[in-house]
Amino acid sequence: MTVSLTIDNVTADYGTTRVLEDLSLHVAEGELVSLLGASGCGKTTTLRLVAGFLQPVAGSIRLGDRDLTRLPPHARNIGLVFQTYALFPHLTVRANVEFGLKQRGVGGSDRRRRAADMIDRVGLQGLADRYPANLSGGQRQRVALARALVIDPPLLMFDEPLSNLDARLRVDMRVEIRRLQQANGTTALYVTHDQEEAFSISDRVAIMNAGRIMQLDRPEVLYSCPANAFVADFVGFENMIPMRAVLESGDAVRARMADGTMLMLPKDRFTVPAQDFLLAARPEGLEVALEERPDGIPARLGLRTYLGRGYQYQCSTPAGEITAHGPLTQPYEPGMTAHLVPRPEQCCLLPAEPA
Amino acid sequence: MRPRTHPLLLAFAGLVFVFLLGPLVIILGAALSDTSFLTFPPRGLTLHWFANVFQVEAFKRTMLTSFLLAIGGTALSMTIGIPAAYALARYRIVLPRALANLFVLPILIPEIVMGFSLMKSLAIGWGMPIVASLLIGHALLVLPYCVRVVGASLNAFDFSIEEAAVSLGCPRWRAFFIVVLPNVKPGIIAGFILAFITSLNDVSVSIFLTGPGVSTLPIQLLAHMEQFFDPTIASVSVLLMFVTVAVMAVVERTLGLTFLTK
Repeated sequence: MTVSLTIDNVTADYGTTRVLEDLSLHVAEGELVSLLGASGCGKTTTLRLVAGFLQPVAGSIRLGDRDLTRLPPHARNIGLVFQTYALFPHLTVRANVEFGLKQRGVGGSDRRRRAADMIDRVGLQGLADRYPANLSGGQRQRVALARALVIDPPLLMFDEPLSNLDARLRVDMRVEIRRLQQANGTTALYVTHDQEEAFSISDRVAIMNAGRIMQLDRPEVLYSCPANAFVADFVGFENMIPMRAVLESGDAVRARMADGTMLMLPKDRFTVPAQDFLLAARPEGLEVALEERPDGIPARLGLRTYLGRGYQYQCSTPAGEITAHGPLTQPYEPGMTAHLVPRPEQCCLLPAEPA
Repeated sequence: MRPRTHPLLLAFAGLVFVFLLGPLVIILGAALSDTSFLTFPPRGLTLHWFANVFQVEAFKRTMLTSFLLAIGGTALSMTIGIPAAYALARYRIVLPRALANLFVLPILIPEIVMGFSLMKSLAIGWGMPIVASLLIGHALLVLPYCVRVVGASLNAFDFSIEEAAVSLGCPRWRAFFIVVLPNVKPGIIAGFILAFITSLNDVSVSIFLTGPGVSTLPIQLLAHMEQFFDPTIASVSVLLMFVTVAVMAVVERTLGLTFLTK
C-alpha cells in the first residue's frame, strides 16, 4: 500500500520560539523527498511533527486520506530510522525486528518468518541472535532499517540516519536505503544536512532555512537553477554579484555593477530576470581570460590554490572578492590583470531580493 | 611502566584504613567475648551472644520490623522516585533545575530535624499509626537515593529508543515498562539496595517515629544498651555490618560500586 504525505500550512513553536512557519509539503506515493538544511532550520522538527512527537499549533498532516494531526504517535503507523539507531539494547536483533509486529499482534510463526525474511533482506544473515552492543555501526543501522521496514509502513522517515557512520559506509548505506525504499515503493521523508546524500538518493529535495522551505525541486533543478540567493549559495554558487540592467541593445544586455563598472551579457547566453538582479556564479563558472573582454568582469588575480581539476584564484574585482577557476594547463601569477567571463551553464541570474 | 606511589601516601592510606576498620575489629572482638559485659580484647571465645540476638524476643521482633520497613519504605520511595527520576531526565530541558534539587533535600536537612518534624506532623499532628508514619518517614529518608541513582541511569538512556518503540506502535505507558525500565534496571537495583541499607541502619528518623510496641533494630539496640550493656549489642552491630557488607558485595559483583558514586 503506497500513499502520499501531505503537510498543510503547518506552524510549530518550541516554547516561545517559532520553529516552523506555515510549512506545506507534499510527498507523492512512492516518492523519496529529503529535507536539507543546516541545524536549526526546522527539518527535524518537521519530521517529529509527522511522527507525532510534537504537536503543530496550526495546520494539518495527512497520510493518504487519514488525518494524522491529532493521532497519538503510536497509532500513526510510520517507520522511523533514527540518527542514533535507537535499537533496544536489551533485545536481540531478532527481537528488535519483531518488536513492531508484536505490538500489532502478529502471531508467533508469522512474526518469526517475517522478521527472518527482513533480517535476510538487509543483509544480516546469521546475526539474528546478537545484541546491538555486539554489532558495528553499519550493522546497527541495518537492524534499525529492518525494524522500520518489517511493519510495512505506508511512510518511512529517516532522521540523519547516516551521520554516525564513516564516509565509505555512508555511501554504501544510502544506496542500500534507496534500493529498499524503491523495491518496497514506500513513500519516504528523509532528513539530512548532507547535500550530496540528499541529492544522490532523493526524487525531490526541499532546501530549508529558518523554518521555511526555500525551494523544493528535483536535485538537478536545484543544482543548476536555484530559485533564490539562499539556495544558490547553498548549492555552491559562491559568488553573488548585484547588478542592474541599464541598456538593452540588439543581442546583449548591458548591466551595471554597484561601482559603475559595466558588464555585457549576450542574450543568447543569459536571460535577465528583472531590472535589479544577482549574478550568481560557481567558481568554475567564471572563466579567467587574460585579454580584455566586454562580457567579463575586470579583476586582479590574487592567491592561487591548486584543486587537482584546476587552479582557483581569489580575485579582487570592482564587486569585491570573487573566487574563480583557471585552467590546469597554465597557472597564472598573482597580480596579473584578467577578465572573469561568466559561463551560462555554471552561472545563474536571480531577481534581486528586497533587503 | 607503573607510576610510583609515594611512600608517605601509602602510610597515610594505611592510617585511614586503621582508623576506619579498627573500631569494627574491636566490635567483632567484643561480640565474641565470654563475659556478661562489653570488653576488648575478648576474654574467652563464644558465639553465645550471636545466638542471644535470635533468642531475645525484642531483637527478633525489631529485626523483622526493620527488615520489612526497609523493604516497604524503599518500595514506596521507588514508586514515587522512579516516575520522578523519569520526568526529570525526560524533560530536563523544560523542567526548572531547582526541581531536581528538591528531591535531594532530605539529604541536606539534618536527619534529626527531619525525624522531629515528621513526628510533629505525622504522628502527633495527624495521629497516624506508628507503622504508617515509620513507613512514610523511611520512604522520605531514602527518596534522594532512589531519585539520584535511578536518575543517573535514566540520564544515560537515549530517549529516542523510547520514541522508536512508540513509532512501532507501542503506547507510551507500555513503552515505559517494556523498553525504558529494562534498560535502567541496574540503576533501580543499585538505588534499591542503597536505600535499603540506609533505611535498615537509620536511627535519627526512627527514634522519633517508633513508639509503644513498634521499634526497629537500631533503636532496640540503643534501648538494650541502656539496660544491659552486654556483648549482644556488639553482635547485633556485627550482624548489621555483615548484612551491609554482603549487600554491597552483591552490588559490587553485579554492577560495580563505582555505579553508586556516578
